[in-house]
Amino acid sequence: MKLDIDIKQLLNAVDVPAQWVGLREVYEAHTPRMIRDGVPVANGRVSTHGIMVEVLVNGQFGYYGTPDMSPESIAKAAKKAYRQAEIASHNAHYQFDESARPSHQGSYQSPFTKNRNDLSAGKLNEILLEAYNHLKVSDKIVSASSLCQVIETTFRFVSSNGSDIHQDFLMLEFDLSATAADGPNQQTRTFGGMRGTCRQIGMEYFDKYEILANANRIGEQALELLSADDCPTGEMDVVIAPDQMMMQIHESIGHALEVDRILGDERNYAGWSFVKLEDFGKLQYGSKLMNITFDPTLESEFASYAFDDGGLKATKEYLIKEGLLVRGLGGQESQIRSGLNGVANFRASGWNRAPIDRMANINLEPGNSSFDELISQVEYGVYMESNKSWSIDDYRNKFQFGCEYGKLIENGKMTKTVKNPNYRGISNPFWRSLKGVGNVDTFGIYGTPNCGKGEPNQVIRVGHASPACLFENIQVFGGV
Amino acid sequence: MEQIFNQLSESLFSELQNGENLILSFSGETSQFIRFNNAAVRQTGLVDDTNLGLKFIANNRTIRGGFTVSGNFDIDVARGKSEIARMRLEAQEIPEDPFVVFPENTGSSHEIKPAKSLPFEHAVDAILPAMSGVDFVGVWANGRMFRGNANSLGQKHWFETESFSLDYSLVTPEHQMVKGSFTGNNWNQEDYESYVKRSREKLILMERKPIKINTGNYRTWFESAAVADFLGMFSWNGISEASLRQGCSGFGRMRHDDIRLSPKFSIVEDFSSGFCPKFNSNGEVSAEKLSLIENGELKNTLVSSRSAKEYGVESNYAESGEYMRSPKMSTGSLNHENVVSEIGEGLYLSNIHYLNWSDNAGGRITGLTRYACFWVENGEIIAPIETMRFDDSFYNFFGGRLIEVEDKFSVNPEVETYGGRSLGATTCPGILVDSFALTL
Repeated sequence: MKLDIDIKQLLNAVDVPAQWVGLREVYEAHTPRMIRDGVPVANGRVSTHGIMVEVLVNGQFGYYGTPDMSPESIAKAAKKAYRQAEIASHNAHYQFDESARPSHQGSYQSPFTKNRNDLSAGKLNEILLEAYNHLKVSDKIVSASSLCQVIETTFRFVSSNGSDIHQDFLMLEFDLSATAADGPNQQTRTFGGMRGTCRQIGMEYFDKYEILANANRIGEQALELLSADDCPTGEMDVVIAPDQMMMQIHESIGHALEVDRILGDERNYAGWSFVKLEDFGKLQYGSKLMNITFDPTLESEFASYAFDDGGLKATKEYLIKEGLLVRGLGGQESQIRSGLNGVANFRASGWNRAPIDRMANINLEPGNSSFDELISQVEYGVYMESNKSWSIDDYRNKFQFGCEYGKLIENGKMTKTVKNPNYRGISNPFWRSLKGVGNVDTFGIYGTPNCGKGEPNQVIRVGHASPACLFENIQVFGGV
Repeated sequence: MEQIFNQLSESLFSELQNGENLILSFSGETSQFIRFNNAAVRQTGLVDDTNLGLKFIANNRTIRGGFTVSGNFDIDVARGKSEIARMRLEAQEIPEDPFVVFPENTGSSHEIKPAKSLPFEHAVDAILPAMSGVDFVGVWANGRMFRGNANSLGQKHWFETESFSLDYSLVTPEHQMVKGSFTGNNWNQEDYESYVKRSREKLILMERKPIKINTGNYRTWFESAAVADFLGMFSWNGISEASLRQGCSGFGRMRHDDIRLSPKFSIVEDFSSGFCPKFNSNGEVSAEKLSLIENGELKNTLVSSRSAKEYGVESNYAESGEYMRSPKMSTGSLNHENVVSEIGEGLYLSNIHYLNWSDNAGGRITGLTRYACFWVENGEIIAPIETMRFDDSFYNFFGGRLIEVEDKFSVNPEVETYGGRSLGATTCPGILVDSFALTL
């Protein structure tokens, strides 16, 4: 049950002598459904609803997140936020003014044709159960699951300097998973890696026949991996599918370019960055084939929006153009602190957290090579699909990724399947080894609902779209 | 808060019809968060957040619900009733679940921990002076936390505590860092200042020029905080019975091939310290102690009541995710004063970072060194090391490569704040291993 709040009226309830006041209301409901091993294991709907009151006092922001959205409560919250800011202002890290929260008005609506209620809980369970039956292609599939989560979010933002923003989101996470095992030998195959299939879309996503075909393929590939050879070890070329490129972009570009990290805010938690403020406009991040954008406008990508949580209007911008670092992931506060150009990426996980610099949609723009042209350039190497393991250091340099499914490439052709394909490298040298970028036919749109950062901690949704890419001379290895 | 929970429970249980069961799970906090950078306040604020989870069981179906508790009784009861009506309808639509876990009434509990924390308005002035002249970055979290559980058979549990944590890093001009985590229930300014003083002394060691070491295998000491991070991996595709049954556990070799870890390695789930409630979100109460690995042998996995029904084994009332809530590893005989000389030549790792399974079935974990990590030669600390990636199996470093375990343990409190502030802690000693693989 969602309460209807007149947030503009609530702004009138605030009575503090602040330089600026903002109210950010967030309602979000998650509706998960899951079938595992033939039985329902998740059916539910959980919502959260509250308001963050934010005030600017003597150049210091202070906030109070409250689930009580009555005028009396908001007035009280503003007073407490004011007091927090006032005390902190004597030891402020930076003295802001009202320009940190520019005034914008507008709205956004996720694209969809069927809303959540157009597919009943019963019907959705039927589809997921049928998908499970198609995943279970053999008795060696010891566990299989099909799941979805519908997310509905309403965002309202008003401020004392005239911001008035309304955004409605409808999002979907979907996954199919099959695990084949023979004693301790176990292999899992999923639909796009760790919850990689996530979009802004409605119930029209549930094309039963396509889902069942994918379920069958995933079940067969899990079995295939069980008897496959381990991925070879050595330095070789790799062709990486979009559902792994997603993680490569996320960890070795996205986080590294967050300006609040570069300014040191995250040093105690997520870490710092090898990128320095003076690198913008100068650092050759990768090969000339590399074009990275912050793109909140790509239809149906997971983190598309029109305004960030500080009310800044969101536009598509190049972060890296022809391999050269040109712009950082910094919202209005970071732009003021650093003097750099940035983007509208000041985002919070909900009403109970303050916004910080986050990724949204960070994409690798398509190139000119067909998939076959990428493969044909490889004399000996491995093609890798779907992330299953990820790790990178606190400066975003030394990474290691593992994938679910690999294919050996010999003399320009894909040959046998290999299991446990892994690779490791260092961010800049890796991106400089980018030798081929797939065309639009190889382009895939993915994302993750689980990007963690911030103190206090926040998980947010990000989107990553990429074509398949070829990298040369990479350290590749298999399992134990 | 307890009164709000009681009133809500009573009203919502009265809505139930014959054959319907309801379990309510209450989780909340009133918290202050202050974020610091360069020994100044970066962000500051307060959060009141309380959520009520509903688990509705009827017609052999389980449906979940949940909403934010506003504190306004009429609004919250209306939200609860609306949830029950929705779940009642869904129970007629979705497929039957053969492994439904019904609530029971096995007794109630009530625990309120007395505390004397720091008033919100005093935090900045109490924290910052001790950090004067040093590059200090981190987060302060402070306030009350509440957990409740009640079911329609009359069982009720309540747990309430007040705590603080200052999780921080001190940074040298050359970007070398020392980690600190000052946590507790009763604020003592003198203890805090002593703790920070020790961190500042450690930072002096970090001012030596860091050295680059090669990949390869090294004799290595892991401080308790690093061991706690490794143990944390047991809670993710590890010691869960469901994970083992579903083919995604690193413990498969122990279960299927009777592989054992070192006889010096033992770990129990131990609730006696009271870091977190003994009851789970189903309202079930775990035994005070449960041996998981004893002298290297897998004795018990964590088994939720659902896994117990599904796989025909006995429940030990683990949380539904079958993760460790209050793990405690046994001590050994190595005194911390002798650690550096026992390393002789090798690595001294205080903290590790960003762990993930690189080969779950093989027990292989990758991650990175972070913070105060040193190269040791001739039994002396030489210098900090540049960041290195490792990739090795816990069957090695908790198994045949484990030389000795520290003779006392440290408490590593849970300071994560995803969604809300966490409860719990990992209690463990440091370990010395004779070979550990650095790969990049």
